[in-house]
Amino acid sequence: MRALTWHGKHDVRVETVDDPKIINPRDLILKVTATAICGSDLHIYDSFIPSMMAGDVLGHEFMGEVVEVGPALRGEGDNAPLKVGDRVVVPFNIACGNCRPCKTGQFSGCDNSIPAEKGDISEVAYGHAVSGIFDYSHMTGGYAGGQAEYVRVPYGDVGPVKVPDGLTDEQVLFLSDIFPTGWMAAENCGIEAGDTIAVWGCGPVGQFAIRSALLQGAAKVIAIDHHANRLAMAKAAGAEVLNYHEVKVREALMELTGGRGPDACIDAVGMEAHGFSPDNIADAAKAAVRLATDRTHALREVIMACRKGGHVSVPGVYGGVTDKFPVGAFMEKGLTMKTGQTHTQKYMKQLLELIQLGQIDPTFVISHRLPLEEAAQGYRLFKDNQDEVTKVVLRP
Amino acid sequence: MPTDTDAPITPANLVKQPGDQTYVSRAITIDRSRDVLYAFWRDPKNLQRLMDNVERIDVVDERRSHWVVKGPAGADIEWDSLIVEDDPGRRIAWRAEEGAQVANRGWVEFRDGPPGRGTEVHALIEYDAPGGVLGRLIAKLFQREPNTQTRRELRRFKQLMETGEITTSEGPRGAGRHEKEEA
Repeated sequence: MRALTWHGKHDVRVETVDDPKIINPRDLILKVTATAICGSDLHIYDSFIPSMMAGDVLGHEFMGEVVEVGPALRGEGDNAPLKVGDRVVVPFNIACGNCRPCKTGQFSGCDNSIPAEKGDISEVAYGHAVSGIFDYSHMTGGYAGGQAEYVRVPYGDVGPVKVPDGLTDEQVLFLSDIFPTGWMAAENCGIEAGDTIAVWGCGPVGQFAIRSALLQGAAKVIAIDHHANRLAMAKAAGAEVLNYHEVKVREALMELTGGRGPDACIDAVGMEAHGFSPDNIADAAKAAVRLATDRTHALREVIMACRKGGHVSVPGVYGGVTDKFPVGAFMEKGLTMKTGQTHTQKYMKQLLELIQLGQIDPTFVISHRLPLEEAAQGYRLFKDNQDEVTKVVLRP
Repeated sequence: MPTDTDAPITPANLVKQPGDQTYVSRAITIDRSRDVLYAFWRDPKNLQRLMDNVERIDVVDERRSHWVVKGPAGADIEWDSLIVEDDPGRRIAWRAEEGAQVANRGWVEFRDGPPGRGTEVHALIEYDAPGGVLGRLIAKLFQREPNTQTRRELRRFKQLMETGEITTSEGPRGAGRHEKEEA
Protein backbone atom coordinates (compact mmCIF):
# COMPACT_ATOMS: atom_id res chain seq x y z
CA MET A 1 0.00 0.00 0.00
CA ARG A 2 0.97 3.66 -0.17
CA ALA A 3 1.73 5.42 3.12
CA LEU A 4 3.32 8.59 4.41
CA THR A 5 6.51 7.84 6.34
CA TRP A 6 8.83 9.93 8.49
CA HIS A 7 12.55 10.04 7.76
CA GLY A 8 13.85 12.96 9.80
CA LYS A 9 13.33 16.63 10.41
CA HIS A 10 11.13 18.08 7.64
CA ASP A 11 11.53 14.86 5.64
CA VAL A 12 8.33 12.89 5.09
CA ARG A 13 7.67 10.76 2.00
CA VAL A 14 4.85 8.78 0.47
CA GLU A 15 6.22 5.34 -0.28
CA THR A 16 5.07 1.77 -0.80
CA VAL A 17 5.07 -0.32 2.36
CA ASP A 18 3.59 -3.69 3.35
CA ASP A 19 -0.14 -3.90 3.97
CA PRO A 20 -1.09 -4.17 7.64
CA LYS A 21 -2.31 -7.54 8.93
CA ILE A 22 -4.62 -8.74 11.69
CA ILE A 23 -2.31 -9.81 14.51
CA ASN A 24 -4.43 -9.92 17.66
CA PRO A 25 -8.00 -11.25 18.07
CA ARG A 26 -9.55 -7.82 18.63
CA ASP A 27 -7.77 -6.10 15.69
CA LEU A 28 -9.48 -4.71 12.66
CA ILE A 29 -8.12 -3.44 9.37
CA LEU A 30 -9.47 -0.18 8.05
CA LYS A 31 -9.42 1.06 4.46
CA VAL A 32 -8.76 4.74 5.05
CA THR A 33 -11.13 7.10 3.23
CA ALA A 34 -10.03 10.37 4.84
CA THR A 35 -7.18 11.43 7.11
CA ALA A 36 -5.94 14.78 8.33
CA ILE A 37 -2.67 16.38 9.36
CA CYS A 38 -2.78 17.37 13.02
CA GLY A 39 -0.93 20.30 14.59
CA SER A 40 0.79 17.73 16.77
CA ASP A 41 2.05 15.99 13.61
CA LEU A 42 4.04 19.19 13.11
CA HIS A 43 5.85 18.52 16.41
CA ILE A 44 7.00 15.26 14.79
CA TYR A 45 7.76 17.02 11.49
CA ASP A 46 9.91 19.48 13.44
CA SER A 47 11.63 16.64 15.33
CA PHE A 48 10.40 17.83 18.72
CA ILE A 49 9.16 14.35 19.61
CA PRO A 50 11.86 11.93 20.69
CA SER A 51 11.94 8.23 19.77
CA MET A 52 10.72 8.52 16.19
CA MET A 53 12.35 6.05 13.83
CA ALA A 54 12.97 6.47 10.12
CA GLY A 55 10.20 4.68 8.25
CA ASP A 56 7.43 5.26 10.83
CA VAL A 57 4.03 5.62 9.16
CA LEU A 58 2.40 8.90 10.23
CA GLY A 59 -1.16 9.99 10.88
CA HIS A 60 -3.49 9.73 13.88
CA GLU A 61 -6.61 11.47 12.57
CA PHE A 62 -8.35 9.06 10.22
CA MET A 63 -11.51 7.21 9.32
CA GLY A 64 -12.62 4.69 6.79
CA GLU A 65 -14.27 1.40 6.02
CA VAL A 66 -13.74 -1.82 7.96
CA VAL A 67 -12.32 -4.41 5.54
CA GLU A 68 -11.27 -7.18 7.94
CA VAL A 69 -11.96 -8.03 11.59
CA GLY A 70 -10.08 -10.25 14.02
CA PRO A 71 -11.63 -13.47 15.37
CA ALA A 72 -12.75 -11.88 18.65
CA LEU A 73 -14.81 -9.31 16.73
CA ARG A 74 -16.67 -11.86 14.64
CA GLY A 75 -19.84 -11.97 16.72
CA GLU A 76 -23.11 -13.28 15.28
CA GLY A 77 -25.50 -10.85 13.60
CA ASP A 78 -26.27 -7.86 15.77
CA ASN A 79 -23.86 -9.11 18.43
CA ALA A 80 -20.90 -8.37 16.21
CA PRO A 81 -19.27 -5.20 17.53
CA LEU A 82 -18.31 -4.20 14.01
CA LYS A 83 -18.75 -5.73 10.59
CA VAL A 84 -16.83 -5.63 7.36
CA GLY A 85 -18.24 -2.70 5.41
CA ASP A 86 -18.97 -0.55 8.47
CA ARG A 87 -17.90 3.05 8.13
CA VAL A 88 -16.09 4.21 11.26
CA VAL A 89 -14.07 7.07 12.70
CA VAL A 90 -11.17 6.03 14.92
CA PRO A 91 -9.84 7.80 18.04
CA PHE A 92 -6.19 8.84 17.85
CA ASN A 93 -5.30 7.13 21.08
CA ILE A 94 -5.56 3.40 21.65
CA ALA A 95 -7.39 2.00 24.67
CA CYS A 96 -8.17 -1.56 25.74
CA GLY A 97 -11.44 -0.84 27.53
CA ASN A 98 -10.62 -3.43 30.23
CA CYS A 99 -8.15 -1.82 32.62
CA ARG A 100 -9.17 0.39 35.51
CA PRO A 101 -8.27 3.69 33.78
CA CYS A 102 -10.45 2.70 30.78
CA LYS A 103 -13.31 1.55 33.00
CA THR A 104 -13.30 4.91 34.77
CA GLY A 105 -13.26 6.91 31.52
CA GLN A 106 -9.55 7.74 31.64
CA PHE A 107 -8.98 6.18 28.25
CA SER A 108 -5.76 8.07 27.51
CA GLY A 109 -4.36 6.52 30.68
CA CYS A 110 -4.96 2.99 29.38
CA ASP A 111 -2.57 0.61 31.11
CA ASN A 112 -2.43 -1.97 28.35
CA SER A 113 -2.29 -0.31 24.94
CA ILE A 114 1.45 0.21 24.91
CA PRO A 115 3.46 -2.87 23.92
CA ALA A 116 5.42 -4.11 26.96
CA GLU A 117 8.78 -3.50 25.33
CA LYS A 118 7.83 0.06 24.33
CA GLY A 119 6.75 1.15 27.80
CA ASP A 120 10.24 1.59 29.18
CA ILE A 121 10.95 4.99 27.61
CA SER A 122 7.94 6.73 29.07
CA GLU A 123 8.29 4.93 32.39
CA VAL A 124 11.69 6.57 32.69
CA ALA A 125 10.61 9.92 31.24
CA TYR A 126 7.22 10.24 32.96
CA GLY A 127 7.31 7.79 35.85
CA HIS A 128 4.69 5.59 34.18
CA ALA A 129 4.33 3.92 30.81
CA VAL A 130 1.81 5.94 28.79
CA SER A 131 -0.94 4.58 26.54
CA GLY A 132 -0.64 3.90 22.84
CA ILE A 133 -1.21 6.56 20.17
CA PHE A 134 -1.23 5.98 16.43
CA ASP A 135 1.93 7.26 14.72
CA TYR A 136 3.12 9.32 17.67
CA SER A 137 6.66 7.95 18.14
CA HIS A 138 7.87 4.78 19.84
CA MET A 139 7.33 6.33 23.24
CA THR A 140 3.60 5.94 22.58
CA GLY A 141 3.89 2.47 21.13
CA GLY A 142 5.35 2.78 17.64
CA TYR A 143 2.00 2.07 15.96
CA ALA A 144 1.75 2.63 12.22
CA GLY A 145 -0.55 5.58 11.57
CA GLY A 146 -3.44 6.24 9.23
CA GLN A 147 -1.97 8.55 6.61
CA ALA A 148 -1.99 5.44 4.49
CA GLU A 149 -4.33 3.35 2.38
CA TYR A 150 -4.86 0.84 5.19
CA VAL A 151 -4.27 0.78 8.93
CA ARG A 152 -4.43 -1.86 11.66
CA VAL A 153 -6.63 -0.75 14.56
CA PRO A 154 -6.06 -2.66 17.83
CA TYR A 155 -9.02 -3.12 20.23
CA GLY A 156 -11.44 -2.56 17.39
CA ASP A 157 -14.37 -3.16 19.75
CA VAL A 158 -13.44 -0.15 21.92
CA GLY A 159 -12.29 2.79 19.82
CA PRO A 160 -13.95 2.99 16.41
CA VAL A 161 -17.38 4.63 16.27
CA LYS A 162 -19.87 3.85 13.50
CA VAL A 163 -20.82 6.80 11.33
CA PRO A 164 -24.54 7.14 10.57
CA ASP A 165 -25.60 7.42 6.95
CA GLY A 166 -26.07 10.94 5.72
CA LEU A 167 -22.95 12.38 7.33
CA THR A 168 -19.94 13.05 5.13
CA ASP A 169 -16.38 12.01 6.00
CA GLU A 170 -15.42 15.62 6.53
CA GLN A 171 -18.26 16.20 9.00
CA VAL A 172 -17.11 13.40 11.31
CA LEU A 173 -13.35 13.06 10.66
CA PHE A 174 -12.41 15.41 13.49
CA LEU A 175 -14.10 13.22 16.08
CA SER A 176 -10.80 11.33 15.87
CA ASP A 177 -8.94 14.01 17.79
CA ILE A 178 -9.35 17.77 17.59
CA PHE A 179 -13.07 18.11 18.33
CA PRO A 180 -12.96 15.89 21.46
CA THR A 181 -9.65 17.54 22.38
CA GLY A 182 -11.17 21.01 22.19
CA TRP A 183 -14.28 19.77 24.00
CA MET A 184 -12.29 18.21 26.87
CA ALA A 185 -10.17 21.38 27.08
CA ALA A 186 -13.38 23.36 27.67
CA GLU A 187 -14.75 20.75 30.08
CA ASN A 188 -11.51 20.98 32.08
CA CYS A 189 -12.34 24.66 32.64
CA GLY A 190 -15.30 23.72 34.85
CA ILE A 191 -17.38 26.39 33.12
CA GLU A 192 -20.08 28.10 35.21
CA ALA A 193 -22.68 30.67 34.13
CA GLY A 194 -21.08 34.04 33.49
CA ASP A 195 -17.57 32.68 33.02
CA THR A 196 -15.03 34.20 30.67
CA ILE A 197 -12.67 31.72 29.04
CA ALA A 198 -9.42 32.78 27.39
CA VAL A 199 -7.94 30.52 24.72
CA TRP A 200 -4.25 30.77 23.75
CA GLY A 201 -3.72 29.46 20.22
CA CYS A 202 -6.34 29.57 17.47
CA GLY A 203 -5.15 26.48 15.65
CA PRO A 204 -7.62 23.66 15.08
CA VAL A 205 -7.73 22.58 18.74
CA GLY A 206 -8.11 26.18 19.86
CA GLN A 207 -10.95 26.66 17.35
CA PHE A 208 -12.81 23.64 18.71
CA ALA A 209 -12.08 24.74 22.30
CA ILE A 210 -13.63 28.14 21.55
CA ARG A 211 -16.80 26.59 20.11
CA SER A 212 -16.96 23.97 22.85
CA ALA A 213 -16.63 26.60 25.61
CA LEU A 214 -19.55 28.52 24.11
CA LEU A 215 -21.63 25.32 23.75
CA GLN A 216 -20.83 24.53 27.39
CA GLY A 217 -22.24 27.87 28.51
CA ALA A 218 -19.34 30.33 28.68
CA ALA A 219 -20.56 33.94 28.70
CA LYS A 220 -17.50 35.16 26.85
CA VAL A 221 -14.54 33.61 25.07
CA ILE A 222 -11.38 35.58 24.32
CA ALA A 223 -9.08 34.08 21.70
CA ILE A 224 -5.37 34.90 21.39
CA ASP A 225 -3.16 34.37 18.34
CA HIS A 226 -1.24 36.42 15.79
CA HIS A 227 -2.52 34.87 12.55
CA ALA A 228 -5.18 37.10 10.99
CA ASN A 229 -7.11 34.26 9.35
CA ARG A 230 -7.16 32.19 12.49
CA LEU A 231 -8.32 35.16 14.55
CA ALA A 232 -11.06 35.81 11.97
CA MET A 233 -12.15 32.19 12.28
CA ALA A 234 -12.32 32.60 16.07
CA LYS A 235 -14.31 35.80 15.69
CA ALA A 236 -16.76 34.06 13.37
CA ALA A 237 -17.43 31.58 16.18
CA GLY A 238 -18.34 34.42 18.53
CA ALA A 239 -15.05 34.99 20.35
CA GLU A 240 -13.45 38.32 21.11
CA VAL A 241 -9.94 38.26 19.71
CA LEU A 242 -6.51 39.56 20.74
CA ASN A 243 -3.52 39.71 18.42
CA TYR A 244 -0.45 39.35 20.61
CA HIS A 245 1.61 41.26 18.07
CA GLU A 246 -0.63 44.27 18.66
CA VAL A 247 -1.49 44.23 22.35
CA LYS A 248 0.01 43.18 25.66
CA VAL A 249 -2.02 40.09 26.32
CA ARG A 250 -2.22 40.16 30.09
CA GLU A 251 -3.10 43.85 30.25
CA ALA A 252 -5.73 43.43 27.53
CA LEU A 253 -7.27 40.43 29.31
CA MET A 254 -7.46 42.38 32.57
CA GLU A 255 -9.29 45.20 30.83
CA LEU A 256 -11.68 42.81 29.08
CA THR A 257 -12.50 41.14 32.41
CA GLY A 258 -12.85 44.21 34.63
CA GLY A 259 -9.52 43.50 36.29
CA ARG A 260 -10.55 40.02 37.46
CA GLY A 261 -8.71 37.95 34.89
CA PRO A 262 -10.30 35.12 32.90
CA ASP A 263 -12.10 32.49 35.00
CA ALA A 264 -10.31 29.80 33.06
CA CYS A 265 -7.47 29.79 30.56
CA ILE A 266 -6.76 27.21 27.89
CA ASP A 267 -3.24 26.62 26.57
CA ALA A 268 -3.95 25.28 23.10
CA VAL A 269 -0.42 26.10 21.96
CA GLY A 270 1.81 23.50 23.55
CA MET A 271 5.49 22.98 23.22
CA GLU A 272 6.29 25.04 20.16
CA ALA A 273 5.15 28.46 21.31
CA HIS A 274 6.07 31.30 18.98
CA GLY A 275 6.85 34.82 20.00
CA PHE A 276 9.77 36.99 20.86
CA SER A 277 9.64 37.24 24.61
CA PRO A 278 12.98 36.76 26.37
CA ASP A 279 11.90 33.53 28.11
CA ASN A 280 10.76 32.04 24.80
CA ILE A 281 14.01 32.85 23.06
CA ALA A 282 15.91 31.26 25.94
CA ASP A 283 13.71 28.17 25.64
CA ALA A 284 14.21 28.00 21.88
CA ALA A 285 17.96 28.16 22.36
CA LYS A 286 17.86 25.44 24.99
CA ALA A 287 15.57 23.25 22.92
CA ALA A 288 17.92 23.61 19.99
CA VAL A 289 20.74 22.16 22.04
CA ARG A 290 18.39 19.80 23.88
CA LEU A 291 18.97 21.19 27.37
CA ALA A 292 15.22 21.61 27.61
CA THR A 293 12.72 20.13 25.21
CA ASP A 294 9.66 22.28 25.63
CA ARG A 295 9.04 25.98 25.00
CA THR A 296 6.42 26.92 27.52
CA HIS A 297 5.82 30.62 26.98
CA ALA A 298 2.07 30.20 26.51
CA LEU A 299 1.70 28.19 29.69
CA ARG A 300 3.55 30.84 31.71
CA GLU A 301 1.33 33.58 30.33
CA VAL A 302 -1.79 31.49 31.03
CA ILE A 303 -0.84 31.09 34.69
CA MET A 304 -0.04 34.77 35.11
CA ALA A 305 -3.34 35.86 33.52
CA CYS A 306 -5.75 33.44 35.15
CA ARG A 307 -7.93 34.82 37.94
CA LYS A 308 -7.39 33.76 41.55
CA GLY A 309 -8.89 30.33 42.10
CA GLY A 310 -9.33 29.84 38.35
CA HIS A 311 -8.82 26.85 36.12
CA VAL A 312 -5.90 26.26 33.77
CA SER A 313 -6.63 23.74 31.03
CA VAL A 314 -3.78 22.39 28.93
CA PRO A 315 -4.70 20.47 25.77
CA GLY A 316 -1.47 21.70 24.14
CA VAL A 317 1.07 18.91 23.80
CA TYR A 318 4.16 18.89 25.97
CA GLY A 319 6.66 16.07 25.94
CA GLY A 320 9.64 16.81 28.10
CA VAL A 321 10.82 19.27 30.71
CA THR A 322 10.88 23.01 31.11
CA ASP A 323 12.13 25.58 33.56
CA LYS A 324 10.89 28.97 34.76
CA PHE A 325 7.51 27.45 35.48
CA PRO A 326 5.75 30.15 37.53
CA VAL A 327 5.05 27.87 40.42
CA GLY A 328 4.67 30.82 42.81
CA ALA A 329 1.80 32.34 40.81
CA PHE A 330 0.27 28.90 40.41
CA MET A 331 0.31 28.24 44.16
CA GLU A 332 -0.36 31.70 45.55
CA LYS A 333 -3.42 32.22 43.31
CA GLY A 334 -4.77 28.77 44.16
CA LEU A 335 -5.12 27.67 40.54
CA THR A 336 -6.35 24.28 39.39
CA MET A 337 -4.65 22.75 36.36
CA LYS A 338 -6.15 19.98 34.29
CA THR A 339 -4.45 18.46 31.31
CA GLY A 340 -3.80 15.19 29.53
CA GLN A 341 -4.13 13.49 26.21
CA THR A 342 -7.82 13.45 25.36
CA HIS A 343 -10.07 10.65 26.61
CA THR A 344 -11.38 10.60 23.05
CA GLN A 345 -13.44 7.41 23.44
CA LYS A 346 -15.44 9.07 26.23
CA TYR A 347 -16.61 11.96 24.04
CA MET A 348 -17.01 10.67 20.48
CA LYS A 349 -20.63 9.51 20.58
CA GLN A 350 -21.83 12.57 22.48
CA LEU A 351 -20.11 14.89 20.00
CA LEU A 352 -21.38 12.88 17.03
CA GLU A 353 -24.88 13.71 18.30
CA LEU A 354 -24.05 17.41 18.41
CA ILE A 355 -22.98 17.18 14.77
CA GLN A 356 -26.18 15.33 13.85
CA LEU A 357 -28.24 17.96 15.67
CA GLY A 358 -26.50 20.64 13.65
CA GLN A 359 -25.13 22.41 16.72
CA ILE A 360 -21.68 22.42 15.19
CA ASP A 361 -20.30 21.78 11.71
CA PRO A 362 -16.66 20.73 12.09
CA THR A 363 -15.91 21.28 8.39
CA PHE A 364 -15.35 24.98 9.12
CA VAL A 365 -11.74 24.18 10.03
CA ILE A 366 -10.75 22.61 6.68
CA SER A 367 -8.63 24.87 4.50
CA HIS A 368 -6.94 22.42 2.13
CA ARG A 369 -7.75 19.10 0.50
CA LEU A 370 -5.01 16.99 -1.11
CA PRO A 371 -4.55 13.43 -2.33
CA LEU A 372 -2.42 11.28 -0.01
CA GLU A 373 0.29 11.24 -2.68
CA GLU A 374 0.80 14.97 -2.02
CA ALA A 375 0.96 14.58 1.76
CA ALA A 376 4.54 15.83 2.00
CA GLN A 377 3.43 19.05 0.34
CA GLY A 378 0.59 19.24 2.85
CA TYR A 379 3.03 19.12 5.77
CA ARG A 380 5.19 21.79 4.18
CA LEU A 381 2.20 24.05 3.55
CA PHE A 382 0.94 23.59 7.10
CA LYS A 383 4.37 24.29 8.55
CA ASP A 384 5.14 27.33 6.42
CA ASN A 385 1.77 29.06 6.29
CA GLN A 386 -0.08 28.58 9.51
CA ASP A 387 -2.16 31.66 8.89
CA GLU A 388 -3.83 30.31 5.79
CA VAL A 389 -3.59 26.59 6.48
CA THR A 390 -5.78 25.45 9.36
CA LYS A 391 -6.51 21.87 8.38
CA VAL A 392 -5.32 19.67 5.54
CA VAL A 393 -7.49 16.68 4.68
CA LEU A 394 -5.79 13.90 2.74
CA ARG A 395 -7.57 11.34 0.60
CA PRO A 396 -5.83 8.02 -0.14
CA MET B 1 22.40 -18.87 47.79
CA PRO B 2 22.09 -17.05 51.06
CA THR B 3 18.57 -15.67 51.00
CA ASP B 4 15.45 -17.59 51.85
CA THR B 5 12.29 -17.35 49.86
CA ASP B 6 10.63 -15.27 52.57
CA ALA B 7 13.07 -12.41 52.08
CA PRO B 8 11.18 -9.15 52.51
CA ILE B 9 10.28 -7.30 49.35
CA THR B 10 12.96 -4.80 48.52
CA PRO B 11 11.91 -1.35 47.32
CA ALA B 12 10.37 -1.62 43.87
CA ASN B 13 12.95 -2.04 41.12
CA LEU B 14 15.90 -2.22 43.45
CA VAL B 15 18.70 -4.34 42.08
CA LYS B 16 21.19 -5.16 44.79
CA GLN B 17 24.43 -6.77 43.79
CA PRO B 18 26.25 -8.02 46.84
CA GLY B 19 28.85 -10.24 45.23
CA ASP B 20 27.30 -12.09 42.34
CA GLN B 21 23.67 -11.97 43.37
CA THR B 22 20.99 -9.94 41.74
CA TYR B 23 17.55 -9.30 43.12
CA VAL B 24 14.69 -7.88 41.13
CA SER B 25 11.46 -6.95 42.79
CA ARG B 26 8.51 -5.47 41.08
CA ALA B 27 4.76 -5.11 41.57
CA ILE B 28 1.85 -4.57 39.20
CA THR B 29 -1.91 -4.34 39.79
CA ILE B 30 -4.18 -6.47 37.63
CA ASP B 31 -7.95 -6.21 37.46
CA ARG B 32 -8.56 -9.95 37.90
CA SER B 33 -9.07 -12.17 40.93
CA ARG B 34 -6.19 -13.75 42.85
CA ASP B 35 -7.43 -17.19 41.84
CA VAL B 36 -7.43 -16.46 38.11
CA LEU B 37 -3.94 -14.96 38.22
CA TYR B 38 -2.59 -17.77 40.38
CA ALA B 39 -4.03 -20.43 38.06
CA PHE B 40 -2.31 -18.90 35.03
CA TRP B 41 1.04 -18.55 36.77
CA ARG B 42 0.89 -22.06 38.27
CA ASP B 43 1.19 -23.62 34.79
CA PRO B 44 4.76 -23.02 33.60
CA LYS B 45 3.71 -23.49 29.96
CA ASN B 46 1.73 -20.26 30.22
CA LEU B 47 4.74 -18.23 31.30
CA GLN B 48 6.44 -18.78 27.96
CA ARG B 49 3.96 -16.36 26.35
CA LEU B 50 5.13 -13.59 28.64
CA MET B 51 8.86 -14.01 28.24
CA ASP B 52 11.15 -12.73 25.49
CA ASN B 53 14.22 -14.88 25.95
CA VAL B 54 12.65 -18.23 26.83
CA GLU B 55 13.08 -20.83 24.10
CA ARG B 56 11.09 -23.59 25.75
CA ILE B 57 9.53 -24.67 29.02
CA ASP B 58 8.82 -28.40 29.45
CA VAL B 59 6.65 -29.49 32.32
CA VAL B 60 8.28 -32.53 33.93
CA ASP B 61 5.82 -33.20 36.72
CA GLU B 62 3.50 -31.37 39.12
CA ARG B 63 6.38 -29.41 40.67
CA ARG B 64 9.19 -29.64 38.15
CA SER B 65 9.76 -27.90 34.81
CA HIS B 66 12.73 -27.74 32.46
CA TRP B 67 13.68 -24.27 31.19
CA VAL B 68 15.68 -23.44 28.06
CA VAL B 69 16.69 -19.79 27.74
CA LYS B 70 18.55 -18.04 24.95
CA GLY B 71 21.98 -17.39 26.36
CA PRO B 72 24.83 -15.12 25.26
CA ALA B 73 26.62 -15.89 21.98
CA GLY B 74 23.90 -18.23 20.77
CA ALA B 75 24.40 -20.74 23.58
CA ASP B 76 21.30 -21.93 25.37
CA ILE B 77 21.19 -22.03 29.14
CA GLU B 78 19.09 -24.80 30.68
CA TRP B 79 17.98 -25.68 34.16
CA ASP B 80 15.32 -27.56 36.06
CA SER B 81 13.00 -25.46 38.16
CA LEU B 82 11.26 -26.79 41.25
CA ILE B 83 8.19 -25.28 42.89
CA VAL B 84 9.05 -25.19 46.59
CA GLU B 85 5.98 -23.37 47.91
CA ASP B 86 2.47 -23.49 46.56
CA ASP B 87 -0.28 -21.63 48.37
CA PRO B 88 -3.23 -21.64 45.95
CA GLY B 89 -4.51 -18.15 45.14
CA ARG B 90 -1.74 -16.53 47.18
CA ARG B 91 1.87 -17.49 46.52
CA ILE B 92 4.17 -19.61 44.39
CA ALA B 93 7.91 -19.92 45.12
CA TRP B 94 10.47 -21.76 43.02
CA ARG B 95 14.16 -22.42 42.76
CA ALA B 96 16.51 -23.95 40.24
CA GLU B 97 17.59 -27.43 41.22
CA GLU B 98 21.15 -28.05 42.44
CA GLY B 99 23.83 -27.76 39.79
CA ALA B 100 22.05 -25.22 37.58
CA GLN B 101 24.39 -23.12 35.43
CA VAL B 102 22.63 -20.03 36.65
CA ALA B 103 21.33 -20.50 40.16
CA ASN B 104 18.01 -18.72 40.44
CA ARG B 105 15.01 -18.59 42.69
CA GLY B 106 11.99 -16.42 43.12
CA TRP B 107 8.43 -16.02 44.22
CA VAL B 108 5.27 -14.37 43.12
CA GLU B 109 2.46 -13.32 45.45
CA PHE B 110 -1.10 -12.36 44.73
CA ARG B 111 -2.57 -9.91 47.24
CA ASP B 112 -5.96 -8.21 47.28
CA GLY B 113 -5.66 -4.54 46.39
CA PRO B 114 -7.90 -1.92 48.02
CA PRO B 115 -11.59 -2.67 47.38
CA GLY B 116 -12.37 -2.57 43.67
CA ARG B 117 -8.73 -2.11 42.68
CA GLY B 118 -7.88 -5.62 41.57
CA THR B 119 -5.03 -7.84 42.68
CA GLU B 120 -1.51 -6.72 43.46
CA VAL B 121 1.03 -9.07 41.94
CA HIS B 122 4.41 -8.91 43.69
CA ALA B 123 7.38 -10.73 42.27
CA LEU B 124 10.93 -11.20 43.49
CA ILE B 125 13.57 -12.96 41.43
CA GLU B 126 17.15 -13.66 42.40
CA TYR B 127 20.02 -14.79 40.16
CA ASP B 128 23.47 -16.02 41.00
CA ALA B 129 25.77 -16.26 37.98
CA PRO B 130 28.96 -18.30 37.87
CA GLY B 131 32.45 -16.79 37.50
CA GLY B 132 34.71 -16.69 34.45
CA VAL B 133 34.16 -15.33 30.96
CA LEU B 134 30.95 -17.25 30.42
CA GLY B 135 29.88 -16.10 33.86
CA ARG B 136 30.34 -12.49 32.88
CA LEU B 137 28.34 -12.98 29.71
CA ILE B 138 25.60 -14.70 31.65
CA ALA B 139 25.74 -12.01 34.28
CA LYS B 140 25.23 -9.44 31.57
CA LEU B 141 22.14 -11.29 30.45
CA PHE B 142 20.81 -12.22 33.85
CA GLN B 143 21.91 -9.36 36.04
CA ARG B 144 21.33 -6.31 33.91
CA GLU B 145 18.41 -7.58 31.94
CA PRO B 146 16.23 -9.02 34.72
CA ASN B 147 14.95 -5.63 35.68
CA THR B 148 13.83 -4.92 32.13
CA GLN B 149 12.63 -8.46 31.51
CA THR B 150 10.65 -8.64 34.72
CA ARG B 151 9.03 -5.27 34.05
CA ARG B 152 8.00 -6.37 30.56
CA GLU B 153 6.84 -9.83 31.66
CA LEU B 154 4.55 -8.37 34.30
CA ARG B 155 3.17 -5.85 31.79
CA ARG B 156 2.43 -8.69 29.36
CA PHE B 157 0.84 -10.70 32.19
CA LYS B 158 -1.49 -7.78 32.92
CA GLN B 159 -2.30 -7.28 29.24
CA LEU B 160 -3.15 -10.91 28.68
CA MET B 161 -5.22 -11.24 31.85
CA GLU B 162 -7.15 -7.99 31.34
CA THR B 163 -7.55 -7.81 27.57
CA GLY B 164 -7.07 -11.39 26.37
CA GLU B 165 -4.19 -10.31 24.14
CA ILE B 166 -0.56 -9.33 24.33
CA THR B 167 -0.32 -5.83 22.93
CA THR B 168 1.81 -5.35 19.83
CA SER B 169 2.47 -2.52 17.41
CA GLU B 170 4.01 -4.76 14.78
CA GLY B 171 3.04 -3.32 11.43
CA PRO B 172 4.05 -1.76 8.15
CA ARG B 173 7.13 0.46 8.03
CA GLY B 174 8.86 2.52 5.44
CA ALA B 175 12.26 1.74 3.98
CA GLY B 176 14.15 3.74 6.62
CA ARG B 177 16.94 2.14 8.56
CA HIS B 178 15.29 1.21 11.83
CA GLU B 179 18.32 1.82 13.97
CA LYS B 180 18.48 5.43 12.81
CA GLU B 181 16.69 6.78 15.82
CA GLU B 182 16.12 10.48 16.19
CA ALA B 183 16.91 12.05 19.52
